[in-house]
Amino acid sequence: MGASLEIQLIAVAAAVACALVGVFLVLRRMALMADAISHTVLLGIVLSFFVVQDLHSPWLLLGAALMGVATVALVEALQRSGLVAEDAAIALVFPALFSLAVLLIGLYARNVHLDADVVLMGELALAPFERVLLFGLDLPQSLVTLTGILLLNLLAIGLFYKELKLSTFDPVLAATLGIAPALLHYGLMALVAVTAVGAFDSVGAVLVVALIVTPPAAAHLLTDDLQRMLLLSAGIGAGSALSGYWLARWLDSNIAGSMALMAGVWFCVVWAAAPERGLLALLRRQARQRWQVAERVLALHLRSAEEEGAPNLVDRLPERLRWEPKFARQVLRRAEANGLVQYQAGGLVLTERGRQQAGYSSSRITGSS
Amino acid sequence: MASHETRPAALTVSDLTVMYGEKPVLWDIDLHMPAGVLMAVVGPNGAGKTTLIKAILGLVPAVAGQIRIDGRPYAEQRQRVGYVPQRGSVDWDFPTRVLDVVMMGCYGRLGWLRRPGKSEQAAALRALEQVGMADYAHRQIGRLSGGQQQRVFLARALMQEADIYLMDEPFQGVDAPTERAIVGLFRELRTRGKCVLVVHHDLQTVPEYFDWVTLLNVRSFACGPVAENFNESLLRQTFGGHTPWIGDERLPSRVSTTATLPAVG
Amino acid sequence: MVDGWLDYTLRTVALGAALLGGMSGALGAFVFLRRQSMAGDAIAHATLPGVVLAFLLTGQREPQLLLLGAALAGSAGVLLWMAITRWSRVKQDSALGIVLSTFLGGGVLLLNLVQNRPGAYQAGLNHFLFGQAATLLSRDVAILAAGALGVGLLLLLFWKEFQLLSFDRPFGASLGWPMQRLDIGFTLLVVAVIVLGLQSVGVVLMSALLVAPAAAARQWVDGLGAMVLLAAALGAVAGVSGTLLSALWAGLATGPLIVLCASILVLVSLLWAPRRGIVWRQLDRLAAQARLR
Repeated sequence: MGASLEIQLIAVAAAVACALVGVFLVLRRMALMADAISHTVLLGIVLSFFVVQDLHSPWLLLGAALMGVATVALVEALQRSGLVAEDAAIALVFPALFSLAVLLIGLYARNVHLDADVVLMGELALAPFERVLLFGLDLPQSLVTLTGILLLNLLAIGLFYKELKLSTFDPVLAATLGIAPALLHYGLMALVAVTAVGAFDSVGAVLVVALIVTPPAAAHLLTDDLQRMLLLSAGIGAGSALSGYWLARWLDSNIAGSMALMAGVWFCVVWAAAPERGLLALLRRQARQRWQVAERVLALHLRSAEEEGAPNLVDRLPERLRWEPKFARQVLRRAEANGLVQYQAGGLVLTERGRQQAGYSSSRITGSS
Repeated sequence: MASHETRPAALTVSDLTVMYGEKPVLWDIDLHMPAGVLMAVVGPNGAGKTTLIKAILGLVPAVAGQIRIDGRPYAEQRQRVGYVPQRGSVDWDFPTRVLDVVMMGCYGRLGWLRRPGKSEQAAALRALEQVGMADYAHRQIGRLSGGQQQRVFLARALMQEADIYLMDEPFQGVDAPTERAIVGLFRELRTRGKCVLVVHHDLQTVPEYFDWVTLLNVRSFACGPVAENFNESLLRQTFGGHTPWIGDERLPSRVSTTATLPAVG
Repeated sequence: MVDGWLDYTLRTVALGAALLGGMSGALGAFVFLRRQSMAGDAIAHATLPGVVLAFLLTGQREPQLLLLGAALAGSAGVLLWMAITRWSRVKQDSALGIVLSTFLGGGVLLLNLVQNRPGAYQAGLNHFLFGQAATLLSRDVAILAAGALGVGLLLLLFWKEFQLLSFDRPFGASLGWPMQRLDIGFTLLVVAVIVLGLQSVGVVLMSALLVAPAAAARQWVDGLGAMVLLAAALGAVAGVSGTLLSALWAGLATGPLIVLCASILVLVSLLWAPRRGIVWRQLDRLAAQARLR
């Protein structure tokens, strides 16, 4: 395998692993917990390094994951105290722990290769240099780690899919059905922490946030179905990873940053063009609705004018409906073109269709409540 | 304030239509409230009662219709309208004293860059006295009971020195003394020629507390004096057959104990 | 001579940190109460591409120029965040995460480009991420002082508007105040303060300087005015003590020390503040149980 292919494989494995757990974080409105965890795992790594004195020990991964879970527990305890709101709890906990980690590195681990900015940004380009022999294959260490984490995530989500789904959409019902929401919650958080640690070892903390939050948010604009959202999220994550890799290669720049940027770009593309929830669809729908509503309002008013035996309403229409005269003229033209109204002997009357529309409108409204 | 007092106001809503997307929330509402009238707005959940108040205040956009006060457009007359939002709409742990909240009532009058002074403070204390909360002026708002919080909101509206008051469920979750205090306040406002529009949940107390009623369920089913517009057939139309006392022969007349019953709905 | 010079540097840095802590504490009180604590974090991260672009486009390292770039990028990030929340189903927290990581990713990409060039911008990512309070010059302190004065003045002038914005936005709108514009104006002010703080405490920790003094102050006092003043004071205390500690252990980064000091203030406040504090509430509970027995 060439280095280029290896880096792409590592990037895709990291992206898919993050995008899968990210779906649940985004749906549970805990996206920023990913930000917090990806920062505080540094403290976990530093503390476990002090214990084992080896930067390559697998215990570091465990320590980091534990710190991730501890972060969540601390944030939630602070929130439960009622003294600060949830957002403030996150914003208080992670900078404190992160500062502590930076200071500890500065005090005791300065000569160790543990740089805070490497931790944040990662150096994916260097990942193929650390290698490990597995089943007789000479593979990059991070590819093995990340593939393992990806499989772990797939396994966990596959095994507990029903429970995760239920506790995400209806935690109360989940609890009454005997699913322990707290256990599931912390299990999920542990998974997020392990994923964050595994990923940020090679790609950096920022990228972890980008890959955990952005692809699921984009996927959520495309579907309501959880299974499809998981698939789309993984796909968008992989797409961000690959496009980011090639952008970075083309520009000869940092791969992790480029992947985060591309995730954002893909989100914006999806946001603009999503068939139902995209910006363009929204604008089109709003424009259409504006005329439809206006025509119905017009029909209704003509009908009530008929019932009241009121004289021709056209002249008073702008004033009565608070419409601009120009807008009122446009509405009239459209209503005429759609066969809702017609001019008879200089006066505006409702056609049979228009009367139906007005009647339909009001009956539908009464029924809709 | 004195100049307003001599010129009682009437609120007229005509052809008001509000949509959320394609779903109508309020459809073609006509409503008239003359000066010196206490009016209840009654309807099932999701009938658009809160939206009605917000649309009158311009907080949600209307696709059609207009709001007039004494025949003049609402935007010119904004200062004459007081607003009591739902109590749950704010964070009661916010670090502020009762007096500060009441003072907010005069912020609309003050305009940019001007700060409330001695006279505003005196007015705020008077408003607190009117709702029986003068002793609590310097208390933190988080340390009030639900009823007391509601009274603070009422005092803030009084501080607006308005002619027309719009209140969103002022009786929601308040204790009996507060309920009596609010009713007393309504009557005082009425004698001073003000008018009050109240989103109300407890059908039982409508005839006792209010002069006029609007029956609302997306459309307006009735609007006028309670005597003519608050009857079972109209209520049945409004609530779609789910009137809380269907089957009960007597419409509640003057049962004072019902004041303490929990609100319906 | 050397001692005098050190003292002068230390005084400058401490004054700068105090000014920064003071203004971010005061403004942070509103950020905290408006539940936008994490927005500060996202804004801070979003400024990086602006800094690098300003350098790339002009080739100059004038701090003012870089700050301007940072402010523009931070504002763009805020507006994008507001737009995503307003015009899509994506929730506030996810939108913040997207803005934060996308902008920072773009910034890292650009920075790497710059660093790969000859005659590169050597200030490096580390400085931007964690700040370099020790490099504060008296000119920077003058900018911080102007900023603090500006923040104080704006808070005074728009006190009742910001009060309405934080406590009861619909009521403010019903009085005819343009709440949407006030919201944007306030958030841009937050952007400005964050940008001013980047040089001293850096991106990762700037949000803490906004939130921590406010969270600590809230536990002790019950009035908005008192809370803003106390938050400003606590912010200044954290700034000065972090600077002094950093001078004591030469080489320890000032930014993290300032944040740690602020965090200790929070911890003490959460535990010991009268009435609200966890310790007092536990004691009350024990006393109540004792009475029942």
